[in-house]
Amino acid sequence: MSRRQLGALAAGALFGVGLVVSGMTDPRNVIGFLDFSSRWNPNLIAVMAGAVAVHASLLALLARAAGGRGARLLPPRNTRIDRPLILGSALFGVGWGLSGYCPGPAIVSLGFGARTAFAFAAAMVVGIIAGGLVPRRRGSCESP
Amino acid sequence: MLTGLLGGALIGLAATVYLLATGRVAGVSGIVAGALAAPARSAGVRRPEKTTVAHRAFGAERLGDREARGERIAFLAGLVGAGLIAAAVSSPAAATPYPTAVLIVAGVLVGFGTRLGGGCTSGHGVCGISRLSIASLVATATFIATGAATVAIANHLFLGTPAP
Repeated sequence: MSRRQLGALAAGALFGVGLVVSGMTDPRNVIGFLDFSSRWNPNLIAVMAGAVAVHASLLALLARAAGGRGARLLPPRNTRIDRPLILGSALFGVGWGLSGYCPGPAIVSLGFGARTAFAFAAAMVVGIIAGGLVPRRRGSCESP
Repeated sequence: MLTGLLGGALIGLAATVYLLATGRVAGVSGIVAGALAAPARSAGVRRPEKTTVAHRAFGAERLGDREARGERIAFLAGLVGAGLIAAAVSSPAAATPYPTAVLIVAGVLVGFGTRLGGGCTSGHGVCGISRLSIASLVATATFIATGAATVAIANHLFLGTPAP
């Protein structure tokens, strides 16, 4: 295993532990956040705030350590706000609300042996393949 | 809330480790798509001469790099490993309140939507916003809005009463 692969494995494990600790692998917590009608569960905001605070701070520190070359640390990003961005995100939100799963927690839940997670993940792969066949947004995250 | 902040902090740290290790942004939907990508015929070939439907579906023309694929698979193995550990030390809850048929429709929508929009909760929500990307902020606001609208309708349709 290469050093890069080990780093990626450690990152995945850490990411997964973070999702479990924060309660995001329980779809009811996610649906509780999206449910503004009654007992709203604001926990997801705390999770995102914690993640963004730490990641943004570390990016700033790394950029400073790299001096003027800080920007090169980051892969280029797609800044356009276009139709695929809005339509894709809107469809993702519908699926997220119907299940309480987004891709990360669904993959972690495979490790739980959760039957619902296997059904969801298999369907998600079908969706990913279909999504790869249409003109889509590139260059914002891992961006295949 | 405290566990949320703590878990979130671990996620932010993990995204940084992934970026440092691989030079790429830790967006889980993109990592899954890239892990599925068929490797190019030989290492270092970024664009196969012929792109088939399969190549386009899996993004192999951009993501065929064998090494990148190995790193993505390693990250996903880490995610599943965290789930295995969690299941060994506790009994994590993983229940959805809606029927399995709904879950399958949801999975297809999540896969298709995140490909089309170029990211999910991690890629746009965590990494994009951390990089001060307005596009990612717009994406995040969009999927939270349609998610909330969907839950309001789904609770009415499948549960009859609000809140699981």
